Amino acid sequence: MMILFIEQISQPWAWYISGPMIALVMFLLLWFGGEFGVSSTMRTMCAAGGAGKRISFFDFDWKTQIWNIFFVVGAVVGGYLAATFLTPSEPLQISTATVSDLQKIGIAFNAGLAPTEIFSWSNLLTVKGFFVMIFGGFLIGFGTRWAGGCTSGHAISGLSNLQLASLIAVIGFFIGGLTMTHLFFPLIF
Amino acid sequence: MKFIKYLLVGILFGIVMTKSEAISWYRIQEMFRFQAFHMYGIIGSALAVGIIGTFLIKKYQIRSLGDDAIHFNPKSISVPRYLFGGILFGLGWALTGACPGPIFTLIGNGFTVFIMVLLSALVGTLAYGALRSRLPH
Repeated sequence: MMILFIEQISQPWAWYISGPMIALVMFLLLWFGGEFGVSSTMRTMCAAGGAGKRISFFDFDWKTQIWNIFFVVGAVVGGYLAATFLTPSEPLQISTATVSDLQKIGIAFNAGLAPTEIFSWSNLLTVKGFFVMIFGGFLIGFGTRWAGGCTSGHAISGLSNLQLASLIAVIGFFIGGLTMTHLFFPLIF
Repeated sequence: MKFIKYLLVGILFGIVMTKSEAISWYRIQEMFRFQAFHMYGIIGSALAVGIIGTFLIKKYQIRSLGDDAIHFNPKSISVPRYLFGGILFGLGWALTGACPGPIFTLIGNGFTVFIMVLLSALVGTLAYGALRSRLPH
């Protein structure tokens, strides 16, 4: 029975299971006295590293945010457990239109989660790899702090609370994402 | 130890994010090209449950485990910080195919190079902290 169950949940989860599960994560965090917002852990990490001594933005009682550090460490563990024990028997079912679009800009679909021709340690020191991973990461860090949240904080938590500010943020997310995908990708790749 | 429950929920989150494929660069491309419903289904159904649950928590004044009131921090309305910050994050989201939650989850999935994406994000966070007085909010 257990084996059957494991095999079932190893297959890709449908959106109507995944979405409510994410909402469950949000409610569990609220129930525990926390909240669902991942990008703030980056501010906490900078503060824990001593950035508060030089920059006032990081001069706050970061120890009250340790719960969220445990949460993201859990995310790393959960990713490992899912990848190791819940491997699906089939590759990702990505839209053929997307696969073909990506092929046109020279990115192959490798049936995995991300194109390893871009996301690899060896690629980090190439211009393209550096741009995608380092500049991309920088934009995530800078942008989420300026906006005061990311997908979890604004698109899920903020919109669940019907916050107009979060709607503006999500509109921003999509302006950025669409511009990068449709305008800049053909130039970069 | 009181933090263990957060670790456990985090593990659940990492599993959900992996199995839902929301951490996949290809899925994010699908989303920004409007070529599949999957990601919209995930965010939409999360929101549907989230809105209902948030309403119920407020209506019935449901309290936390430690018997504290559950607070929803209202955000002050402004446009610049949410729009400009959002756009910059969106640019990075499409480039890396990951937002913060997936960055951690992908590292666990074996994409260890995302440690560099995380470190770059920390540098971006530091840069924001240093420049924020000069930015419109």
